[in-house]
Amino acid sequence: MSTSATEREPRAAESAPDRGRTPRRGWSDLPSPLRHLLFAALALAAVTGLLLVTGDLTALRMAAVGYTMLAVAGLQLLTGGSGQVSLGHGAFMMIGAYTMALLVLNLPMLPLAVNLVLVVAVAVVAGIAVGAATARLHGPYLAGATLILAVGLPGLTHRYHEVFGGSNGLTVHTAGAPPFLQGLVSDSEWKALVVWTAVVLALAVLATISTGRLGRRMRTVRDDETAAAMSGIPVGGTKVTAFVIASAAGGLAGGLQVYVLGTATPSMFTLALSLTLLAALVLGGIGSMWGALWAALAVVYLEIWLSDAVRAFDLSKDVENNLPIVLFGVLLILVLRFQPLGLHGILQRLRALLRRAR
Amino acid sequence: MTTTATEHLLTAEGITVRFGGLTALDDVGLRVPPGGVTGLIGPNGAGKTTLFNVLSGILRPTAGTLTWKGGPPPGRKPHHLARAGIARTFQGLNLFPLMTVLENVVAGADRLARGGPLSLVTGLGRHHRDEHELRERALAALERFGVSDSAHRLPGTLPYGVQKQVALARACVCDPELLLLDEPAGGLSGGQMDELAAQIRALGEDMAVVLVEHHMDLVMEVCDHIVVLDFGRVISTGTPDEVRNDPLVTRAYLGTADDEGAAR
Repeated sequence: MSTSATEREPRAAESAPDRGRTPRRGWSDLPSPLRHLLFAALALAAVTGLLLVTGDLTALRMAAVGYTMLAVAGLQLLTGGSGQVSLGHGAFMMIGAYTMALLVLNLPMLPLAVNLVLVVAVAVVAGIAVGAATARLHGPYLAGATLILAVGLPGLTHRYHEVFGGSNGLTVHTAGAPPFLQGLVSDSEWKALVVWTAVVLALAVLATISTGRLGRRMRTVRDDETAAAMSGIPVGGTKVTAFVIASAAGGLAGGLQVYVLGTATPSMFTLALSLTLLAALVLGGIGSMWGALWAALAVVYLEIWLSDAVRAFDLSKDVENNLPIVLFGVLLILVLRFQPLGLHGILQRLRALLRRAR
Repeated sequence: MTTTATEHLLTAEGITVRFGGLTALDDVGLRVPPGGVTGLIGPNGAGKTTLFNVLSGILRPTAGTLTWKGGPPPGRKPHHLARAGIARTFQGLNLFPLMTVLENVVAGADRLARGGPLSLVTGLGRHHRDEHELRERALAALERFGVSDSAHRLPGTLPYGVQKQVALARACVCDPELLLLDEPAGGLSGGQMDELAAQIRALGEDMAVVLVEHHMDLVMEVCDHIVVLDFGRVISTGTPDEVRNDPLVTRAYLGTADDEGAAR
């Protein structure tokens, strides 16, 4: 024990000054909102490039990856950041989705940007209501309370059939590409672009929070509530704030989903969705916002590849419907057993190996 | 207990804490001057930690009042007291296990950030400058407590003595006016204990320190003033010499010290 400590100490002493004392010039000297916005612009450029070289079908899938990623990133902030496990994240997506559908149906003159802002506002209010009620709950109790939300909320659409349209849900028509771009980009490509613009902006906000003082407050609450309080950090307030931010991200993701698909039904937001989001987060890597990207890719593409495989082997419809969930579960168990930090943990380890090789 | 309450930083009066039928503290008073080291001693189960938890806001007393700088305390929750300038360490250290040493200490400096809620949520306004200042302060604190080599390590990977210094750095980085130390010498070797004594004396120059401790040598060496608790009551107060020569203390505390050592 003591020998290994003395062996390690000098190396830490060498590396500490240049990493800790003198801040690197340039990139990390920028204020973090600006840094993340620049990164968001880069990401958007990359997505645009990808859209231009691929077809319509890929555009829709990329849009799905976009809003799924936003939902998972919100969950990452909540669970990975503040240590609160929510099994009801899909419910906030549903709130966002139905808000969006109702806005388009009842106030068709509002522009999309206004709709999205209203969707976030409604999700924030819902998040405050649920978060304030559950702020005193810990671990499994919080999970249980949010579970009720995921199970109960879809039922409301049947109870108030005339407003929410029952199990058929609501169908809306959203505008595609503006006239002057007709011929240049298709409607699907345009929608994917709109989704990704909103997503990268929202992710820039989430990343700024997560790397800033609020994110640190959340991590202290996650690690040790008593010590956090004695460091002057308001524990209850921080937990509710994390919950509200996650709800807003989930709500916006749901709103974008309706914008792309043109429909909101209760079967899109079942408990299975909430569980899938959480499982995908663990699979992608709970410790980093990058995990949300791998998680979203897994959610969208695993399902597609599996359905293709099932069709190729000519298996029954039941198998097709349930195989993705089964495989997801198996993958999750394997990841937790062999790589608790998820796909992002594997990538980080590879990067460390490469750096050492150099 | 005849001192008049002038210029005291923290005053506790008539503090009574009952857990069901058990009276943990019975009408306890404590006055902490703005500087120097006050020791809180007593046999196991005397109520030292309970009083500590009352002082840091973790436990609400059944009866009694706290006075902070001559007025009522700024709030009832622990974080209100912490933001007002009361810092504490824990017997079990309670470092944030998944955050680096530097992050642990930066988190301890949170009350010094001047940006409001808006800058907290958006990262705009003062946020960037705040973060820079907190980081500089945290690095200075790590330097002061001799643990800057471990800045980027996780607490769990460090030897216990180093972890203790990190905990001290986290408590002191926010320039507290009152520092509550819960058994700082627990688990330290003799040599480390001497360093700790010097450290506590130095801290007592900058701020008021209240110390709960089992090691009598350390208490007698560093304290200006000692309060002795037994069965939830104050049985003696005074300078180390006065307390040492108090027959009540000898009977209640020193007489059982050997048994305690064996039980640990």
